[in-house]
Amino acid sequence: MGAINQSGNSAPTHTLGEGGFFTTRLDALLAWSRKHSLFQYPFVTACCGMEFMSTASPRYDIARFGAEAPRFSPRQADVLWVVGTVSQRQGPVLKRIYEQISEPKWVIAFGTCASCGGFYDNYTTIPGIDKVIPVDVYIPGCPPRPEAVLDGLMLLQEKITRGDRGMPAVAGRQAVEHLVQVRHPRLRAPKTGDSASLDEDSHV
Amino acid sequence: MEAVDDLDPKSVDKLELPADLMELNMGPAHPATHGTVRLKLKLDGERVAAIDIQPGYLHRGFEKSCERGTWNQVFPYVDRLNYVSPMLNNVGFALAVEGLCGVTVPERCQYYRVILGELARITDHLTCNAASAMELGAFTPFLWLMKVRDWIYDVLEIETGARLTHSFGRIGGMAAPPTDNLKANVRQVLPEVLKVVGETEVLLLRNRIFLDRVEGTGVLTQAEALDYGVTGPVLRSTGVDYDVRKAEPYLVYDRFEFDVPVGTRGDNYDRFLVRLEETRQSVRILEQALQQMPDDGPINIDDPRLVLPDKSAVYTTIEATIAHFKLVMEGVKPPRGEYYSATEGGNGELGFFIVSDGSGTPYRVRVRPPCWYGLQAGERMFMGGMLADIIPTFGSINMIGGECDR
Amino acid sequence: MKFLNETGLRSRLGERVRSVEAFGGQFAAEIDASSWIDAARALREGVPAYDHFIDLTAVDYPEAEPQRRFEVVLLLRASATGERVRIKTRCPADGPLPSLTSLWRGANWAERELFDLFGVRFSGHPDLRRILLYEPFEGHPLRKDYPIERTQPIVEYREVAGVTKLAPFGAEEGQPFGRVDWAARLAGRDLQVSPSIALQSQQRRALSESTSGCASRAVHKPVSLDPEGQESEVSKPVAEGSGYGSR
Repeated sequence: MGAINQSGNSAPTHTLGEGGFFTTRLDALLAWSRKHSLFQYPFVTACCGMEFMSTASPRYDIARFGAEAPRFSPRQADVLWVVGTVSQRQGPVLKRIYEQISEPKWVIAFGTCASCGGFYDNYTTIPGIDKVIPVDVYIPGCPPRPEAVLDGLMLLQEKITRGDRGMPAVAGRQAVEHLVQVRHPRLRAPKTGDSASLDEDSHV
Repeated sequence: MEAVDDLDPKSVDKLELPADLMELNMGPAHPATHGTVRLKLKLDGERVAAIDIQPGYLHRGFEKSCERGTWNQVFPYVDRLNYVSPMLNNVGFALAVEGLCGVTVPERCQYYRVILGELARITDHLTCNAASAMELGAFTPFLWLMKVRDWIYDVLEIETGARLTHSFGRIGGMAAPPTDNLKANVRQVLPEVLKVVGETEVLLLRNRIFLDRVEGTGVLTQAEALDYGVTGPVLRSTGVDYDVRKAEPYLVYDRFEFDVPVGTRGDNYDRFLVRLEETRQSVRILEQALQQMPDDGPINIDDPRLVLPDKSAVYTTIEATIAHFKLVMEGVKPPRGEYYSATEGGNGELGFFIVSDGSGTPYRVRVRPPCWYGLQAGERMFMGGMLADIIPTFGSINMIGGECDR
Repeated sequence: MKFLNETGLRSRLGERVRSVEAFGGQFAAEIDASSWIDAARALREGVPAYDHFIDLTAVDYPEAEPQRRFEVVLLLRASATGERVRIKTRCPADGPLPSLTSLWRGANWAERELFDLFGVRFSGHPDLRRILLYEPFEGHPLRKDYPIERTQPIVEYREVAGVTKLAPFGAEEGQPFGRVDWAARLAGRDLQVSPSIALQSQQRRALSESTSGCASRAVHKPVSLDPEGQESEVSKPVAEGSGYGSR
């Protein structure tokens, strides 16, 4: 697990005067349309795929963000979701798929294994996909909750708005907490005390 | 294979089609194979003439990693073997080490394990059937079943603190006792699970497209299945009624009434139905287990060599502090020996062959991955069929990368 | 779980049984490598026929004599009676063991896996190549002398700019006492790391030559040494304590 240096997210706001006015508007328009219709290529390898399925399913509904359409040809996709552990053997495959995606393209490292290798710190696992391809958003968690995934997606959308390809972003705990947790209404949380208990309020 | 149309490629050579076999590479990142596997095919027209299945794209060094920590530190790794039903792996591994130590957990814990395990089995079978259906183009059942799965995840999360990878099993018990609302929560969810499973059944089992894709495809005979070492739903679809829960009951499975559904033809349709019916049988087991489970009693074994002492005692007494330190830093020390333990996992007989050298670190942890043998039998099921039949067949084998490639 | 017991094993396999081990109600017969396939055939073809292939696996004992380094274990089940049987044999790294693929098709991948991860060879196997790892991989990772952290990448790692991650745990860091440093142990340098484990298994050797070899693992420095480099009182071997009840 790593802490990632997150300094220097400066949005490129150019003040070009009259001449630059249209260019900026066009960029903004493009960014706006891109961020709301992200065609995804799910490169699903492992456990995180279960939470990826949950994110796509009705409760969490990734379609709200315009990112529900999977494209299984890399040439038609915008976002490469790397979901799960990438082994050394899988490395060349991942690299090739990344190279086949046409620009503009973004990469989300979904889960701890894709971010840094996780606890598979051994002879067969790549310690994070950024050793092979560049990454835009890291979503920590083993596996991350669907709320964290949505948060990561929103971070990517912000990045697209800014037109910023520099620093990668990390979906953080801070950002997850404000998300409303939608639960099955009739389930009751444990009263208090034991280690598995959760906050009463979060279940309502 | 009678289901594919009976056009013989030899008879159409008048058309002067190229006679060479076409090589086709499928995977390892193929959208319709839920799992990373590479299939090297040789096709005669659309018919599979030769196949080389290449697993191993998700080899994560499970067995080697286990040889580094303590026995209890293996639980997070077993969680991620069959990640569709992690709790069953937890239970299987805990039973193996307890067998090695020669101890049995208290009755209440046995019921608790059965309940959590059967909930996991339901999610496993629902996910497999949902994904198989989605790969054949039926997206609605997928959304329906995922909805149910999230309800079960909620129950599991309230119990264990995690939606998916619980790491909740411990040698000699569980990480925490059941919550007060366990029974109420499970009883609340079960009828709704059955309801949605019923709805899904109606959506699929009268759907001509779905039926045409699964009926008669991917056939495996009984003798072949045994020869290949296949277990679980794939074996039961061929008519062998081998279920570890019934054949060699562990925990308290001998106290429940449930049936082992078997198929007749061993095709994809049978495998789909076997899983569907097993979901219902799991619900049956759950209802009986909830009825029988005592509300009071210990969960963990009362043995300071195996189970961590109570936290309040750790902070107040020196004996508990020492016991805690030794268990954390040195781990549980089973006696020197070898032990094989089998439980019924989501995909079949989940076996753990463990070797201890008497120290706190496992000498060897071998998992017998059920879907590894299922996938190997895939070469028999794919061969001679159409290229398109690979998709439903692969789906119903339910190859889970973490378990298959370890 | 019902395993074929000692009498059953001896009557079924006869002279081929070298010894029978019993532990926790489970029996395992050790077979000589030369009669491995005969014994397997006797189980496959006799009555009841052990027709359900369960598993084939191996355990590495690097400190055994080279001819007996790998223990190959075969688990079978009779579908008619539900009875299980476990037989095993010892083989060296290079000396081939006859393949069981002609008896059970399930043995095919299992043997390939053993070849891949342990380097055990099988004669008469139709297609003996790596299955879980990739072709240029050198060595066999499940052998005790293969260091867990040794990776063999096939794509060149790129330079990652702008991202600083915490360094991963070292191989020794965060690990419990009691694990074995196999590289050091096989080089004859060292021991298990925890004094109490060493006491228990009586495998501890003199620390005198190991101090330099263990310098980098100062965190786990096991016992205090007196000036002559002799072990202090605390680590003197004592008789092994009782296990979990008698078997």
